[in-house]
Formats: sequence, structure tokens, C-alpha cells
Amino acid sequence: MAQLSVEHLSKTYPNGVTALHPCDFAIERGEFVVLVGPSGCGKSTLLRMIAGLEDISSGQMRIEDRVVNHVEPAERDIAMVFQNYALYPHMTVYRNMAYGIRNRRVPAAEIDRKVRDAAQMLNLTEYLDRRPAQLSGGQRQRVAMGRAIVRDPALFLFDEPLSNLDAKLRNQMRIEIRALQQRLGVTSVYVTHDQIEAMTMADRIFVMNAGRIEQIGTPAEIYHRPASTFVASFMGAPPMNLLRGHGTGTGAVMLSGGLQLDLPMPTDAGRDLVLGLRPEDMRLSPDGPIRFDIQIVEELGATRLLHGQLSEQPFTVAVSKETQAGPGIARLAFAPDTASLFCGQKGHRL
Amino acid sequence: MADPVSTPRRPFRWSAILDHGVLIAGALFMLIPVYLALTTASHDKLLIQREGLQWGFGDQAGANFSAALFQSGGFTGEITGATMLMNSFILGIGFAIGKIVLSMMAAYAIVYFRLRFATLAFWVIFTTLLLPLEVRIVPSYEVIQGLGLANSYTGLIVPLLASATGTFFFRQFFLSIPEELVDAARIDGAGPVKFFIDILVPLSRTMIAAIFIIMYVYGWNQYLWPTLITTEEGLFTLVRGIRQIVQAMAEGSEIPDYGRAMALAIVAMIPPVVIVITCQSWFVKGLTESDK
Ligand SMILES: Nc1ncnc2c1ncn2[C@@H]1O[C@H](COP(=O)(O)OP(=O)(O)OP(=O)(O)O)[C@@H](O)[C@H]1O
Ligand SMILES: [Mg+2]
Repeated sequence: MAQLSVEHLSKTYPNGVTALHPCDFAIERGEFVVLVGPSGCGKSTLLRMIAGLEDISSGQMRIEDRVVNHVEPAERDIAMVFQNYALYPHMTVYRNMAYGIRNRRVPAAEIDRKVRDAAQMLNLTEYLDRRPAQLSGGQRQRVAMGRAIVRDPALFLFDEPLSNLDAKLRNQMRIEIRALQQRLGVTSVYVTHDQIEAMTMADRIFVMNAGRIEQIGTPAEIYHRPASTFVASFMGAPPMNLLRGHGTGTGAVMLSGGLQLDLPMPTDAGRDLVLGLRPEDMRLSPDGPIRFDIQIVEELGATRLLHGQLSEQPFTVAVSKETQAGPGIARLAFAPDTASLFCGQKGHRL
Repeated sequence: MADPVSTPRRPFRWSAILDHGVLIAGALFMLIPVYLALTTASHDKLLIQREGLQWGFGDQAGANFSAALFQSGGFTGEITGATMLMNSFILGIGFAIGKIVLSMMAAYAIVYFRLRFATLAFWVIFTTLLLPLEVRIVPSYEVIQGLGLANSYTGLIVPLLASATGTFFFRQFFLSIPEELVDAARIDGAGPVKFFIDILVPLSRTMIAAIFIIMYVYGWNQYLWPTLITTEEGLFTLVRGIRQIVQAMAEGSEIPDYGRAMALAIVAMIPPVVIVITCQSWFVKGLTESDK
């Protein structure tokens, strides 16, 4: 049964900005969904609509088969973790975590048990009497998590919860959050603009762009079969190479620099096309069909990025650290089934 | 390591002399009248009448201070300094508390509720800064008189409450509270009243303390309005009582008891000074930092 489902959901702010164009989706029980997209694409707006903090302009939203369009946030059976933690500065850690369920008139003994359980789970027991100002960023983040856990909700909502932490802590918390979510089995919606977080944490990723959900899929699907040139260029580091060209009508693409590449799919003659090739799907091979002019070599440790020109268009290839390469002319090969083909005008996958 | 670096001796600057000169002159200007009041309060009224203000201490301090506080005075002889002190406390504290409650609630409404004319309402409140009680004193008097509130604490305090300063401070403070905190409280099921009491009030406590001090001193020092609205001597405040002592006696063709009046003036100064000194760390905190 779907834990959260929406139909034709959209949002237009009073100032006329349409932050979310009508969309439909359903999130299954226990799923970890990541909303990812560039700044201003409407991720927070969608999350806040789920939380009930933002009115719904049109459409319908259900949580566990209950229509919640006009239900107050506190009644929606959700918990939210905010980017800046939003802890009450004047309350101790204990009271921060207890505040929500205390307002629900849960008996004191049960509150105490729940808070202590959550604190135990998050290694916060020794900090229960401290104020948020006396904690480190990571600890505050954990208190915010604890506050969510204590509520025992049907849905966890996260709005860029790790963006204020340093890189190392972020990696650690990422794993912790995922482990916790799997252990508790709570359906979660997680907003981030960090594609690594999205790829590593998600059961399913929603890629958003300019108020639209461009693609919904597992990390593997998003990576291997991006639904549009936007998704292709947004997900993956380094991003997918996008080469302009047009169809030949014979199952090949004529790139605008004059190079013709054979593909396993039909191509309409004369149609504008964009060919997508992942940098890590390319191989250096002395007798490969493609001429690649390497200009810059970037050392990343485990891999090496070769930036240059392919058929007069910028192109990047990722090779393992064992592969030797330097500036100059090289030959490339790729498995044709790793190529993606997009419409040159609208950008959607063909 | 973080060894405290010894401050290098700064080169002597002539302007430092000027700076200090100005500061010292200012301090003297403020303190000498207080000193004179103190010394004069320790002299007999005949001596003061004959020779004016006294620079040295006399031997009548005890007598003058106890007369100031406990001897009945005024036309009716019903009021003592202690009663006036009490009245001043009621005015100062009632005014400060009333002001804080009123302006916090007004700011709460303006900042957090989607009122149709919230901004307009705020600016209307704000313009009351241009209309202090002194400007609207005649209509205010009419209204209070008409309500039968002359000669009551209510009549003394309420008309003073209507002004924008507190609302303005609280509005700015509330606007600086992160929106996420409001959202978190909504998700935690805090309704408007709960949010106000559980979150806003505790967060504002340094602000409240600072405004309390300002308002308390302001209320304590009120002169014009109490003079107008209280005709019963039992409701006189210290500030106007001081003058009343001298006046009543002069008109009663006695020698005005300046020693006693000076003693009362000193007494009138003590509570605000004590409050400001004891609360000054709160005061500075409230107006400069916040722990959000
Ligand atoms: N309260 C508001 N009133 C009007 N427009 C808003 C409001 N909040 C957001 N917007 C607009 O809606 C769009 C989406 O904003 P949103 O906050 O959802 O973006 P986001 O994807 O969360 O971005 P970020 O990654 O920067 O947090 C933006 O164009 C923004 O300017
Ligand atoms: Mg956002």
C-alpha cells in the first residue's frame, strides 16, 4: 500500500511563482525517496507541502489513504528534520525531543522511555541535559533526528539535513541515517542537491528541474537510462558527455564535427539528436573508431579524467589510474548499448 | 601557543587628554548635582534657607531622611514618603509589565498572523511614537476623567501604555527568529498560544528584561501625567511628591523644608539606579545578542 500518493499536485505561490507543476507519484511503505535537483527547482516546496507547512494549490495528497490536503502538520503523522536543525535553543536536548509528544498528551512515563530509547540509538544519552548551543553540529543534527524518531511517524521528511556539516561528518551521517531508516522501516523523503547523497542513499530518486519532476527511478536507472539531457548532465560526476548531431536514417549519428557513429537504434534522417556517453563507459584502445584530442589530464587518485575535443565538441573520458595517458591524440571505443540518445530539440530520451 | 601578548605601550597622544577631559567634565556635570543634593540633605532647613546649597556634610542627615520617608506631609497631612515610594513602584512596575504584555502580543499578531493589514497596522502603531502622551494629554485626560478613572492606579498607568517602542523592538526581534523554528513548532503541535508561551516568551527573555528596565525607569520618572490625573494625595508618586512637599510648606507660610525634599530626591533616585546596575548585563545582552 502506498504510504504517500499525490495526484495532479501543484503549487503556485501568491506572488505568481509556480514552484511545482502538476505531478503524480506514489511512495511505498518503507521506501527511501530522495528529491534531487538544482537550487530553486522546488524540492523544498514539495517537501513542505507534504509536511503541511505550505498550502496545496491544486491536486490531492494522501498519507496512508487519508486525504491530507487540509490537515494540520501536527496531525499528519510526519516528522521533519531541517537544514539548520531548528532545535529550540532554550530547551535541553531531552525537552527538545519530548516537546512534540508532550503536546500530544502522551503519558510521562512513555515520553521518558521513548526519549531515552532514541537517545540511546543516537548516542546522545550523556547530552540529554545540555542545551543545543552546547553541542557540536553533528550532535545537533542527531538531536534533530532524535526528535523525529521520538514521534514514531508514518513519514520522515528531511530537508538538506547534512548540508551544514563538513565532508567527513557528512559521509558518516549519511550512512547513519540510512542505517537508522532501514532499521526503523519508516518511509522517508529526503531533499538534497548533492547527487552523491542521492545515489548512495535512495531506493528511488526523483530528479527535479524548474518545478517539474523529470525522472523517477532507482539510482541505477537514473544513471544508466537518464530520461532527459537534464538528468544526464545533472546526475553523475563527471557528468555524461552530450554530443550534438543529427540522424542519418541508417542507425547512425552524424556528429556536428563530421564524425559518424553507428548505434544499435534507428535514427530518423536529418533529425537533431544529442548523443550521451558516460565518461567512464569510454575505453582507450589503439584501434578504436573515434579520434579524441586530449588537452588536459586531471588526476583524481583512483581515476584520471582526460578532457579534450571529440569531433570538435568538448568531451571527457574517465580512465582507471593504471591507464597511462597524456595530452595528444588518442583513439576511443565504447560499447554501443551504453550510449543514450536524446531528442535534440526537447531533450527527452529516445 | 596562545600566550597573551602583552599590549605594547601606546604612544602618548594629546587627543587622549581631550577625550578624558570631555568624559570627566560630563561625569562631573551629572554627578555634582547629586552630590549637592546629598550634602544639602544633611543640613537643617533654616541653614539651607539662609545660606543656600551646602557643599559639606552636616549632622541632620538622619533626621531629614526619616522625615522624608515617614513624616506625613502635604495639605492633608495624609501622605508619607514611604507611601509615595510605594505608589512609584506600582506605577513603574505596572507600566513596565503592562507595556511588555501589550507590545509583545501586538508584535506577535503583526509578525505571525496573516492579517490583511498587518503592515499598515504596524505603521499606525509606529506613528504613535510621534504622539507621546504629552501631545495628547488633554483628550487623554477627558477620556480618563469620563471613565471615572481619575485618582486610580488604572487611570495613572493605562494611558501611558499606548506607544510603539515596545512593539517595535519585539517586532524586530520576532522577525529575526528563524522560520524553521516556527515550522518545527507547528509540526510539534504547538498552536498559537502554546507557541507564544513555550517558545517565544522564553526566547525573548533577555529582550523582555531590557525593555522592562527601560520602561520601569520611564514610568518611575513620569511627572506630568501623574500630576494631572491624581489629585488625591494618597496616590502621589515620589517624583511629584518632592515638589509637593516644598510647595505645600511654602504656601503654608512655613520655611520650605529643603533638606527633607533633597533627601526624598535621593530616595527617588535609588530604585532606578539599583535596577539599572543589577540588570545591566541582561540589558546589554537583550539589546545586542540573541541565542537563537
Ligand atoms: N514563500 C515563497 N513565496 C514565493 N516564492 C517562493 C517562496 N518560497 C520559494 N519560492 C520560489 O519557489 C521556487 C522553488 O523554491 P524551493 O525553496 O522549493 O527551491 P529548492 O529546490 O528547495 O532550492 P534550494 O536547493 O536552494 O533549497 C523558487 O523559485 C523560489 O524562488
Ligand atoms: Mg530548499
